[in-house]
Amino acid sequence: MFVLVVGGGKVGYYLTKELIESGHEVALMEKDRARADQIADEIGSIVIAHDGCEGKYLAEAGSNRADVVAAVTGDDEDNLVICQMAKHHFDVPRTIARVNNPKNEELFRHLGVDELISPTRMILGSIEQDIPVHELLHLAALGENELELIEAHLQDGSPAVGRAPKDLDIPEGCSLFAVIRDGVATPLRPDTVLEVGDKVIAIGKNECEKMLHDQLIGGETVRG
Amino acid sequence: MNIVIVGCGRVGAALAETFDRAGNRVVILDESTRSFDRLPSSFGGEAVRGDGTDEDVLRRAGAEEADLFIALTEGDNRNIMAAQLAVEALGARKVIAKINDPVRATAYAELGIATLCRTGLMIDAINTYLGLPASGLAGMLAPTGHHPGGEHHQHEPGEAVGVGVPTEQPGVPAQPSQPSAPAGLTQEA
Repeated sequence: MFVLVVGGGKVGYYLTKELIESGHEVALMEKDRARADQIADEIGSIVIAHDGCEGKYLAEAGSNRADVVAAVTGDDEDNLVICQMAKHHFDVPRTIARVNNPKNEELFRHLGVDELISPTRMILGSIEQDIPVHELLHLAALGENELELIEAHLQDGSPAVGRAPKDLDIPEGCSLFAVIRDGVATPLRPDTVLEVGDKVIAIGKNECEKMLHDQLIGGETVRG
Repeated sequence: MNIVIVGCGRVGAALAETFDRAGNRVVILDESTRSFDRLPSSFGGEAVRGDGTDEDVLRRAGAEEADLFIALTEGDNRNIMAAQLAVEALGARKVIAKINDPVRATAYAELGIATLCRTGLMIDAINTYLGLPASGLAGMLAPTGHHPGGEHHQHEPGEAVGVGVPTEQPGVPAQPSQPSAPAGLTQEA
């Protein structure tokens, strides 16, 4: 298979190396001459020191006979244009684009890019699996006495669900005073039983935050 | 008319001023606030600092359903992406992108974007001045094909867009009024 890789950053460099090792024919386009020379010194004369967005150089790189074009530069607009030019101007059967802004995914797909790789989305995905989905939300800092207005969104697994404020161990100097349920705010009474989805509004000193967190959010990491 | 211009260089600023004076609602975007110095103090439109290839930025700037969207930054690919966002995501009616690489300019005209190529314009201006034959590189290309997204109906090539600018005003090219052979628009054969 003949693969044309555009963009000689870390991704393009390692991708090219791996492809060569798997026995594919590869050409790498990198517009920065110094970077292109550096890669060429190591992996040989398959590096083309030209801008892969420029039609003339895409043609010279043999894109009309490429089976795959992989656009892996750091700029979304460049990757989009490389893939579109490859697809519509050089009839490349398969185009792959690196997408940095996850919001661009839909547009790229819509415009005919065959495959999208989004490092941002992948990293985001792994992070969201490992951190609590909901933390305490700081609504406002209230002046002199280091008081803060805090919102806690109760999730499954919160120790406060099914219990009322009088049964919770609320730190001194801290007050739970309202609950928002189905968009309606009501004063939180000592015997109001809390439910999943409730947003509890509290006011308290900064140092109470850890205890509030344990009581309302729970100490354990929620896995998404 | 709602007009959005991405890139406040000399051309962008001059167009913004003209369109604004003619009573249109004009939004001009640029990544650098300094470039807004090119706008006259009388400019009544909006100057928004931001990346014209970011859909959120364009929406916040009020670029949805623009009657005319012109991408004039110094980056061909930025202009291409902004123009395609305008067509696909924002429902712009008429879109023009400056693309200085003649190969890309032709390719995107075929994909349904009106393109403006400084390379072609300048070469032919010089050729004309020197009495040499035309280069064959088109300066302005009307869309010859349809944009792959295609749901939003773009203006037909050469279809007039009434920006309310008097055509006799010096320095302002006449708006093409006929679908055939509009002045300054070379349609690809």
